[in-house]
Amino acid sequence: MLSDWLYIAIFTGIALFLPGVAIFLAAVLSPKKPDPIKTSTYECGMETVGEAWVQFKVQYYVFGLIFLAFDVETVFLYPWAVAFNKVGLFAVLEAILFIAILLGGLIYAWRKGALEWV
Amino acid sequence: MTAMQIIFLIVAAVTLGGALMIATSRRMMHTVLWLVLTLMGVAVLFALLQANFFSVVQVLVYIGAIAILILFGVMLTRRSMVDAGESLVHKNWWVVAVVIALLFAAIVISIQPWGAAHTPLVELMEFKEPISDLGEALVDPAAYLIPFEVSSVLLLAVMVAAIYIAVDRKGGKS
Amino acid sequence: MPITYYLILSAILFVLGIAGMLIRRNAIVVFMSMEMMFNAANLLFVAYASYYQILTGQLFVFFVMTVAAAEVAIGLALIVAIYRNRKQIDVDDMSSLKG
Repeated sequence: MLSDWLYIAIFTGIALFLPGVAIFLAAVLSPKKPDPIKTSTYECGMETVGEAWVQFKVQYYVFGLIFLAFDVETVFLYPWAVAFNKVGLFAVLEAILFIAILLGGLIYAWRKGALEWV
Repeated sequence: MTAMQIIFLIVAAVTLGGALMIATSRRMMHTVLWLVLTLMGVAVLFALLQANFFSVVQVLVYIGAIAILILFGVMLTRRSMVDAGESLVHKNWWVVAVVIALLFAAIVISIQPWGAAHTPLVELMEFKEPISDLGEALVDPAAYLIPFEVSSVLLLAVMVAAIYIAVDRKGGKS
Repeated sequence: MPITYYLILSAILFVLGIAGMLIRRNAIVVFMSMEMMFNAANLLFVAYASYYQILTGQLFVFFVMTVAAAEVAIGLALIVAIYRNRKQIDVDDMSSLKG
Protein backbone atom coordinates (compact mmCIF):
# COMPACT_ATOMS: atom_id res chain seq x y z
CA MET A 1 0.00 0.00 0.00
CA LEU A 2 2.73 2.44 0.94
CA SER A 3 4.69 1.65 -2.19
CA ASP A 4 1.90 3.33 -4.19
CA TRP A 5 2.69 6.51 -2.29
CA LEU A 6 6.36 5.95 -2.99
CA TYR A 7 5.67 6.33 -6.69
CA ILE A 8 3.85 9.60 -6.02
CA ALA A 9 6.75 10.76 -3.88
CA ILE A 10 9.21 9.93 -6.67
CA PHE A 11 7.05 11.77 -9.21
CA THR A 12 6.80 14.76 -6.87
CA GLY A 13 10.55 14.77 -6.44
CA ILE A 14 11.12 14.72 -10.20
CA ALA A 15 8.44 17.37 -10.74
CA LEU A 16 10.14 19.66 -8.24
CA PHE A 17 13.66 18.82 -9.39
CA LEU A 18 13.36 19.48 -13.13
CA PRO A 19 11.90 23.01 -12.99
CA GLY A 20 14.28 23.82 -10.15
CA VAL A 21 17.26 22.79 -12.27
CA ALA A 22 15.90 24.73 -15.24
CA ILE A 23 15.40 27.90 -13.22
CA PHE A 24 18.76 27.54 -11.50
CA LEU A 25 20.65 26.96 -14.73
CA ALA A 26 18.86 29.85 -16.39
CA ALA A 27 19.79 32.11 -13.49
CA VAL A 28 23.43 30.99 -13.58
CA LEU A 29 24.04 30.91 -17.33
CA SER A 30 22.00 33.80 -18.66
CA PRO A 31 23.80 37.09 -19.39
CA LYS A 32 22.53 40.01 -17.34
CA LYS A 33 22.71 43.41 -19.02
CA PRO A 34 19.67 45.27 -17.73
CA ASP A 35 18.68 48.65 -19.06
CA PRO A 36 15.54 50.67 -18.30
CA ILE A 37 13.66 49.50 -21.38
CA LYS A 38 14.39 45.83 -20.77
CA THR A 39 13.30 45.97 -17.15
CA SER A 40 10.03 47.73 -17.88
CA THR A 41 6.94 45.61 -17.33
CA TYR A 42 5.91 45.38 -20.96
CA GLU A 43 8.96 45.89 -23.11
CA CYS A 44 7.02 46.22 -26.34
CA GLY A 45 3.45 47.20 -25.67
CA MET A 46 1.31 49.90 -24.20
CA GLU A 47 2.38 51.79 -21.15
CA THR A 48 0.46 50.53 -18.15
CA VAL A 49 -2.09 52.86 -16.62
CA GLY A 50 -2.79 52.88 -12.91
CA GLU A 51 -1.68 50.17 -10.56
CA ALA A 52 -2.20 46.43 -10.54
CA TRP A 53 -3.94 46.55 -7.16
CA VAL A 54 -7.41 46.91 -8.57
CA GLN A 55 -10.50 45.84 -6.69
CA PHE A 56 -11.53 42.35 -7.75
CA LYS A 57 -15.10 41.56 -8.59
CA VAL A 58 -17.13 39.79 -5.94
CA GLN A 59 -18.23 37.39 -8.66
CA TYR A 60 -14.95 35.52 -8.25
CA TYR A 61 -15.87 34.86 -4.65
CA VAL A 62 -19.41 33.72 -5.48
CA PHE A 63 -18.18 31.26 -8.09
CA GLY A 64 -15.55 29.95 -5.70
CA LEU A 65 -18.23 29.52 -3.07
CA ILE A 66 -20.52 27.51 -5.33
CA PHE A 67 -17.55 25.42 -6.42
CA LEU A 68 -16.70 24.75 -2.77
CA ALA A 69 -20.24 23.58 -1.98
CA PHE A 70 -20.37 21.20 -4.91
CA ASP A 71 -16.81 20.04 -4.26
CA VAL A 72 -17.82 18.93 -0.78
CA GLU A 73 -20.92 17.31 -2.29
CA THR A 74 -18.73 15.31 -4.68
CA VAL A 75 -16.55 14.16 -1.82
CA PHE A 76 -19.64 12.94 0.00
CA LEU A 77 -21.01 11.14 -3.03
CA TYR A 78 -17.76 9.38 -3.89
CA PRO A 79 -17.88 6.75 -1.10
CA TRP A 80 -21.56 6.24 -1.85
CA ALA A 81 -20.70 5.56 -5.50
CA VAL A 82 -17.96 3.11 -4.51
CA ALA A 83 -20.40 1.25 -2.25
CA PHE A 84 -23.17 1.43 -4.84
CA ASN A 85 -23.33 -2.32 -5.42
CA LYS A 86 -23.59 -3.12 -1.74
CA VAL A 87 -26.29 -0.64 -0.75
CA GLY A 88 -29.85 -0.93 -1.97
CA LEU A 89 -32.41 1.27 -3.65
CA PHE A 90 -32.98 3.16 -0.41
CA ALA A 91 -29.44 4.54 -0.60
CA VAL A 92 -30.09 5.80 -4.11
CA LEU A 93 -33.12 7.71 -2.84
CA GLU A 94 -31.00 9.14 -0.04
CA ALA A 95 -28.38 10.33 -2.50
CA ILE A 96 -31.08 11.85 -4.71
CA LEU A 97 -32.45 13.70 -1.70
CA PHE A 98 -28.92 14.88 -0.89
CA ILE A 99 -28.43 16.23 -4.41
CA ALA A 100 -31.93 17.74 -4.52
CA ILE A 101 -31.32 19.77 -1.36
CA LEU A 102 -28.11 21.16 -2.82
CA LEU A 103 -29.81 21.91 -6.12
CA GLY A 104 -31.95 24.31 -4.11
CA GLY A 105 -28.82 26.33 -3.42
CA LEU A 106 -27.88 26.34 -7.09
CA ILE A 107 -31.37 27.48 -8.07
CA TYR A 108 -31.20 30.23 -5.45
CA ALA A 109 -27.86 31.44 -6.82
CA TRP A 110 -29.30 31.34 -10.32
CA ARG A 111 -32.47 33.23 -9.48
CA LYS A 112 -30.46 35.75 -7.50
CA GLY A 113 -28.41 36.48 -10.57
CA ALA A 114 -25.18 35.52 -8.83
CA LEU A 115 -24.17 33.29 -11.73
CA GLU A 116 -24.17 36.15 -14.23
CA TRP A 117 -20.83 37.67 -15.07
CA VAL A 118 -21.33 41.40 -15.06
CA MET B 1 15.29 5.31 13.33
CA THR B 2 13.33 3.88 10.46
CA ALA B 3 12.70 5.45 7.07
CA MET B 4 9.08 6.09 8.05
CA GLN B 5 10.17 8.12 11.06
CA ILE B 6 12.57 10.17 8.98
CA ILE B 7 9.83 10.91 6.44
CA PHE B 8 7.45 11.77 9.25
CA LEU B 9 9.92 14.17 10.84
CA ILE B 10 10.64 15.94 7.55
CA VAL B 11 6.93 16.30 6.74
CA ALA B 12 6.16 17.45 10.27
CA ALA B 13 8.92 20.06 10.10
CA VAL B 14 7.57 21.37 6.79
CA THR B 15 4.00 21.47 8.14
CA LEU B 16 4.96 23.28 11.32
CA GLY B 17 7.21 25.66 9.43
CA GLY B 18 4.29 26.57 7.18
CA ALA B 19 2.05 27.02 10.20
CA LEU B 20 4.62 29.28 11.84
CA MET B 21 4.93 31.35 8.69
CA ILE B 22 1.15 31.83 8.58
CA ALA B 23 1.31 33.45 11.99
CA THR B 24 4.27 35.66 11.11
CA SER B 25 4.30 36.36 7.36
CA ARG B 26 3.73 39.97 6.44
CA ARG B 27 2.36 39.69 2.94
CA MET B 28 -1.14 38.29 2.66
CA MET B 29 -0.45 36.43 -0.59
CA HIS B 30 2.51 34.65 0.97
CA THR B 31 0.37 33.75 3.93
CA VAL B 32 -2.08 31.95 1.65
CA LEU B 33 0.76 30.07 -0.02
CA TRP B 34 2.12 29.02 3.37
CA LEU B 35 -1.38 27.83 4.24
CA VAL B 36 -1.35 25.66 1.10
CA LEU B 37 2.01 24.21 2.16
CA THR B 38 0.66 23.41 5.62
CA LEU B 39 -2.45 21.75 4.20
CA MET B 40 -0.28 19.73 1.83
CA GLY B 41 1.85 18.59 4.75
CA VAL B 42 -1.28 17.41 6.58
CA ALA B 43 -2.33 15.54 3.42
CA VAL B 44 1.02 13.73 3.38
CA LEU B 45 0.55 12.90 7.07
CA PHE B 46 -2.84 11.38 6.22
CA ALA B 47 -1.09 9.28 3.60
CA LEU B 48 1.45 8.16 6.21
CA LEU B 49 -1.48 7.12 8.41
CA GLN B 50 -2.84 5.02 5.51
CA ALA B 51 -5.94 7.20 5.21
CA ASN B 52 -5.53 7.34 1.45
CA PHE B 53 -9.00 8.61 0.70
CA PHE B 54 -8.72 11.47 3.15
CA SER B 55 -5.33 12.38 1.81
CA VAL B 56 -6.92 12.94 -1.59
CA VAL B 57 -9.94 14.66 -0.06
CA GLN B 58 -7.63 17.00 1.82
CA VAL B 59 -6.03 18.07 -1.44
CA LEU B 60 -9.38 18.28 -3.23
CA VAL B 61 -11.38 20.19 -0.63
CA TYR B 62 -8.83 22.14 1.37
CA ILE B 63 -6.28 23.03 -1.27
CA GLY B 64 -8.61 22.88 -4.26
CA ALA B 65 -11.53 24.81 -2.84
CA ILE B 66 -10.95 26.38 0.59
CA ALA B 67 -7.50 27.79 -0.16
CA ILE B 68 -8.79 29.16 -3.46
CA LEU B 69 -11.74 30.76 -1.68
CA ILE B 70 -9.38 32.34 0.87
CA LEU B 71 -7.24 33.55 -2.03
CA PHE B 72 -10.29 35.25 -3.55
CA GLY B 73 -11.06 36.72 -0.14
CA VAL B 74 -7.53 38.13 0.02
CA MET B 75 -7.85 39.58 -3.47
CA LEU B 76 -11.19 41.18 -2.64
CA THR B 77 -9.80 42.85 0.48
CA ARG B 78 -6.22 43.41 -0.60
CA ARG B 79 -6.18 47.17 -0.18
CA SER B 80 -6.24 46.74 3.55
CA MET B 81 -3.10 46.09 5.53
CA VAL B 82 -0.84 45.41 2.59
CA ASP B 83 2.72 44.70 3.63
CA ALA B 84 2.14 46.02 7.11
CA GLY B 85 3.42 49.54 7.63
CA GLU B 86 1.31 49.62 10.72
CA SER B 87 1.75 46.96 13.32
CA LEU B 88 1.00 43.41 12.26
CA VAL B 89 0.11 42.07 15.65
CA HIS B 90 -1.65 43.16 18.79
CA LYS B 91 0.17 45.31 21.30
CA ASN B 92 0.15 42.72 24.04
CA TRP B 93 1.16 39.72 21.98
CA TRP B 94 3.44 38.49 24.74
CA VAL B 95 0.39 37.68 26.89
CA VAL B 96 -0.74 35.41 24.07
CA ALA B 97 2.72 33.83 23.92
CA VAL B 98 2.60 33.04 27.62
CA VAL B 99 -0.94 31.66 27.36
CA ILE B 100 -0.15 29.34 24.45
CA ALA B 101 3.04 28.15 26.12
CA LEU B 102 1.00 27.23 29.20
CA LEU B 103 -1.63 25.55 27.02
CA PHE B 104 0.97 23.47 25.20
CA ALA B 105 2.59 22.47 28.47
CA ALA B 106 -0.83 21.44 29.78
CA ILE B 107 -1.46 19.27 26.72
CA VAL B 108 1.93 17.58 26.95
CA ILE B 109 1.62 16.98 30.68
CA SER B 110 -1.88 15.58 30.28
CA ILE B 111 -0.84 12.98 27.70
CA GLN B 112 2.39 12.11 29.47
CA PRO B 113 1.01 9.53 31.98
CA TRP B 114 -1.15 7.83 29.36
CA GLY B 115 0.26 4.30 29.21
CA ALA B 116 -0.74 3.51 25.66
CA ALA B 117 0.90 6.58 24.18
CA HIS B 118 3.86 4.66 22.84
CA THR B 119 1.87 1.98 21.07
CA PRO B 120 2.94 1.83 17.44
CA LEU B 121 0.17 2.61 14.99
CA VAL B 122 -0.76 -0.07 12.51
CA GLU B 123 -2.79 0.01 9.36
CA LEU B 124 -6.57 -0.31 9.51
CA MET B 125 -6.52 -4.06 9.03
CA GLU B 126 -10.05 -5.30 9.26
CA PHE B 127 -11.37 -2.96 6.59
CA LYS B 128 -10.34 -4.31 3.24
CA GLU B 129 -12.09 -1.54 1.32
CA PRO B 130 -12.28 1.51 3.59
CA ILE B 131 -13.94 3.75 1.00
CA SER B 132 -16.70 1.23 0.37
CA ASP B 133 -17.22 0.81 4.11
CA LEU B 134 -17.35 4.59 4.48
CA GLY B 135 -20.02 4.76 1.80
CA GLU B 136 -22.07 2.06 3.48
CA ALA B 137 -21.82 3.82 6.83
CA LEU B 138 -22.88 7.13 5.28
CA VAL B 139 -26.15 5.81 3.88
CA ASP B 140 -26.96 3.39 6.68
CA PRO B 141 -29.95 4.72 8.69
CA ALA B 142 -28.48 3.08 11.78
CA ALA B 143 -25.17 4.87 11.32
CA TYR B 144 -24.60 8.23 9.68
CA LEU B 145 -27.57 8.84 7.42
CA ILE B 146 -28.88 11.84 9.35
CA PRO B 147 -25.52 13.65 9.49
CA PHE B 148 -25.13 12.93 5.77
CA GLU B 149 -28.41 14.62 4.91
CA VAL B 150 -27.97 17.39 7.45
CA SER B 151 -24.60 18.29 5.95
CA SER B 152 -26.45 18.76 2.67
CA VAL B 153 -28.82 21.17 4.41
CA LEU B 154 -25.77 22.90 5.94
CA LEU B 155 -24.21 23.38 2.52
CA LEU B 156 -27.52 24.74 1.20
CA ALA B 157 -27.69 27.22 4.07
CA VAL B 158 -24.08 28.23 3.42
CA MET B 159 -24.71 28.86 -0.27
CA VAL B 160 -27.84 30.91 0.33
CA ALA B 161 -26.41 32.91 3.23
CA ALA B 162 -23.00 33.60 1.72
CA ILE B 163 -24.46 34.69 -1.62
CA TYR B 164 -26.95 36.90 0.21
CA ILE B 165 -24.20 38.52 2.26
CA ALA B 166 -21.51 38.79 -0.41
CA VAL B 167 -23.46 40.08 -3.40
CA ASP B 168 -23.59 43.84 -3.31
CA ARG B 169 -27.22 44.85 -3.49
CA LYS B 170 -26.47 48.51 -4.07
CA GLY B 171 -24.28 47.69 -7.03
CA GLY B 172 -27.12 46.99 -9.43
CA LYS B 173 -27.78 43.36 -8.51
CA SER B 174 -31.45 42.43 -8.60
CA MET C 1 5.45 4.71 14.58
CA PRO C 2 4.09 5.59 18.02
CA ILE C 3 0.87 7.57 18.23
CA THR C 4 2.67 10.08 20.48
CA TYR C 5 4.31 11.58 17.43
CA TYR C 6 0.96 12.44 15.96
CA LEU C 7 -0.37 13.68 19.29
CA ILE C 8 2.53 16.07 19.75
CA LEU C 9 2.43 17.24 16.14
CA SER C 10 -1.28 17.87 16.37
CA ALA C 11 -0.85 19.74 19.66
CA ILE C 12 1.83 21.99 18.18
CA LEU C 13 -0.28 22.65 15.08
CA PHE C 14 -3.29 23.48 17.25
CA VAL C 15 -1.28 25.79 19.50
CA LEU C 16 0.21 27.57 16.49
CA GLY C 17 -3.32 28.00 15.17
CA ILE C 18 -4.41 29.56 18.45
CA ALA C 19 -1.33 31.80 18.39
CA GLY C 20 -2.05 33.01 14.87
CA MET C 21 -5.69 33.55 15.72
CA LEU C 22 -5.00 35.59 18.83
CA ILE C 23 -1.98 37.54 17.67
CA ARG C 24 -2.76 38.61 14.13
CA ARG C 25 -5.00 41.54 13.37
CA ASN C 26 -6.04 40.68 9.82
CA ALA C 27 -9.36 38.83 9.88
CA ILE C 28 -8.44 36.54 6.99
CA VAL C 29 -5.32 35.33 8.81
CA VAL C 30 -7.57 34.56 11.76
CA PHE C 31 -9.64 32.34 9.46
CA MET C 32 -6.56 30.60 8.11
CA SER C 33 -5.41 29.87 11.65
CA MET C 34 -8.83 28.40 12.32
CA GLU C 35 -8.41 26.10 9.32
CA MET C 36 -5.12 24.97 10.81
CA MET C 37 -6.82 24.13 14.07
CA PHE C 38 -9.45 22.11 12.19
CA ASN C 39 -6.60 20.29 10.48
CA ALA C 40 -4.95 19.48 13.79
CA ALA C 41 -8.23 17.97 15.01
CA ASN C 42 -8.60 16.00 11.77
CA LEU C 43 -5.10 14.62 12.18
CA LEU C 44 -6.01 13.37 15.64
CA PHE C 45 -9.23 11.81 14.36
CA VAL C 46 -7.38 9.90 11.65
CA ALA C 47 -4.58 8.85 14.01
CA TYR C 48 -7.07 7.51 16.54
CA ALA C 49 -9.10 5.78 13.83
CA SER C 50 -6.01 3.79 13.04
CA TYR C 51 -5.21 3.33 16.73
CA TYR C 52 -8.61 1.90 17.66
CA GLN C 53 -9.06 0.11 14.32
CA ILE C 54 -12.49 1.64 13.66
CA LEU C 55 -13.67 3.82 10.82
CA THR C 56 -15.72 6.23 12.94
CA GLY C 57 -12.81 8.60 13.34
CA GLN C 58 -12.37 8.84 9.61
CA LEU C 59 -16.09 9.47 9.16
CA PHE C 60 -15.90 12.37 11.54
CA VAL C 61 -13.18 13.91 9.39
CA PHE C 62 -15.84 14.16 6.67
CA PHE C 63 -18.14 16.19 8.84
CA VAL C 64 -15.34 18.34 10.24
CA MET C 65 -14.30 19.17 6.68
CA THR C 66 -17.88 20.08 5.78
CA VAL C 67 -18.20 22.35 8.77
CA ALA C 68 -14.81 23.90 8.02
CA ALA C 69 -15.88 24.60 4.44
CA ALA C 70 -19.16 26.12 5.66
CA GLU C 71 -17.37 28.23 8.26
CA VAL C 72 -14.80 29.61 5.84
CA ALA C 73 -17.42 30.40 3.19
CA ILE C 74 -19.69 32.32 5.55
CA GLY C 75 -16.77 33.96 7.34
CA LEU C 76 -15.18 35.22 4.15
CA ALA C 77 -18.54 36.49 2.91
CA LEU C 78 -18.86 38.45 6.14
CA ILE C 79 -15.32 39.79 5.77
CA VAL C 80 -16.04 40.88 2.22
CA ALA C 81 -19.20 42.64 3.39
CA ILE C 82 -17.35 44.32 6.28
CA TYR C 83 -14.57 45.40 3.94
CA ARG C 84 -17.13 46.90 1.58
CA ASN C 85 -18.60 48.99 4.37
CA ARG C 86 -15.52 49.96 6.35
CA LYS C 87 -12.62 49.55 3.88
CA GLN C 88 -10.55 47.58 6.36
CA ILE C 89 -10.64 44.18 8.04
CA ASP C 90 -8.64 44.78 11.20
CA VAL C 91 -10.19 42.69 13.96
CA ASP C 92 -9.13 45.27 16.55
CA ASP C 93 -11.33 47.87 14.91
CA MET C 94 -14.43 45.70 14.53
CA SER C 95 -15.77 46.87 17.82
CA SER C 96 -18.95 48.69 16.86
CA LEU C 97 -21.04 46.08 18.72
CA LYS C 98 -19.19 46.84 21.93
CA GLY C 99 -21.44 48.69 24.34
